Amino acid sequence: MTKSSGTILDGDNRPEGSGAGTGPSNANDCGKLLLLQAEFDGELDAAQAAALAEHRAGCPVCTRNEALLAATQRALRGATYHRASPELLRAVAGRIGASRPPPHRRTRMPWQGLAGFGAGAALAAAILLTLLPVGGPGLVATLVDDHVRALQPGHLLDVVSTNQHTVKPWFDGRLDFAPPVKDLAAAGFPLIGGRLDYVSGRNAAVLVYSRGKHLVELFVWPAAGAATEPARATRDGYNVLHWTADGMSLTAVSDVDPAGMAEFVRDWRQTP
Amino acid sequence: MAIYTELMGSEHVFASVALPHLDAAFNLARWLTGSRADAEDVVQEAMVRALTYFPTYRGGSGRAWILQIVRNTAYGTLKARRGERLAGYTGLDNPVAIEEVADPTDDPEKALIMSDDLARIDELIAGLPVELRETLVLRELEELSYRDIAQITAVPIGTVMSRLWRARRTLAKAAAAGEKR
Repeated sequence: MTKSSGTILDGDNRPEGSGAGTGPSNANDCGKLLLLQAEFDGELDAAQAAALAEHRAGCPVCTRNEALLAATQRALRGATYHRASPELLRAVAGRIGASRPPPHRRTRMPWQGLAGFGAGAALAAAILLTLLPVGGPGLVATLVDDHVRALQPGHLLDVVSTNQHTVKPWFDGRLDFAPPVKDLAAAGFPLIGGRLDYVSGRNAAVLVYSRGKHLVELFVWPAAGAATEPARATRDGYNVLHWTADGMSLTAVSDVDPAGMAEFVRDWRQTP
Repeated sequence: MAIYTELMGSEHVFASVALPHLDAAFNLARWLTGSRADAEDVVQEAMVRALTYFPTYRGGSGRAWILQIVRNTAYGTLKARRGERLAGYTGLDNPVAIEEVADPTDDPEKALIMSDDLARIDELIAGLPVELRETLVLRELEELSYRDIAQITAVPIGTVMSRLWRARRTLAKAAAAGEKR
């Protein structure tokens, strides 16, 4: 794959005779140009490289060309690498996930058809209708849905860090509240990152923890009123635990078994 | 990654192949279209297309496979956009026919100056013909192999090599010309 594909007529339009050309107006090719470049790009095997080295030792053209390769590469280190925005990530994950719902996902709810309303508006409407603990089945379903959607690789995290001191400031710069960020690694639930979500008509912080191969997501947003004890709900095999503390609504969602979930919530509440 | 395939259907397997390359997809689309909005549209469309083609994906480099679709989608956008020159140069598939980019006084030492002028590098890349630009971006920014680049841009490896040289040389020359101003 690294065969030299012929001679590059680089410095001139000369139709022929440039194979070993060292003429003054063909100063940019010694016949080994593409081979030299291939070596520069790490595309030559040892035998080819050895053959080239022999030629190159006495070839001023190669020396010059190599300098050019190195100079452009150095300059290109300053080129912008355009990264996908979290919004694009969400949009793509939404579109490729939307074509066929994953098996765990609940059946389509009527309000989901109202794409223009957005999940937040639909959710807010659902909450108004069902003023139950945890905000009603609508909220449980939506959080489970969010969680399942988030399991798609790449969609899960806006900030990837196991360090709570990285995750917390990341949220603080993006939300009008400061979610509590705790690392539960010592308790067997290491923090792996966080993301922003839109729940109940307002922004929520989602902290993502791992438990073996499973993930536990903790949705956090401000809530008025007194602290409440954890209340449990299940949905499509996912366990949901909701409580409020220190003016924050906290909802843990995961496919970790109920005992593991209880452990997570206990550890969370006990960790300062 | 096992959790994803266990939990979910094939679209999640697809997601695990495609989504890790979203940055690469956007970077290529952005460099090809020159516009953030167009690039986002291209990436979304390409990912949906890729999902459709996914049953025909036979393994191998997931990145090359995705980027090939992104590149084709981007070319569709460029073609639709008037005034964008897609081809029009000679010797597309002939590695020997190299566009003249050097001049007798050309001197790599002078081109070295460009390495100190990083601010203009984006501008210089953007100024390259699209077929040189994509080859250079795939090699220098994505660090892909000649083989992958050949697959993505649908040309023989020899063409990748000559385009790469032309791209680098054009860049150096443009940088040197900028210095003279």
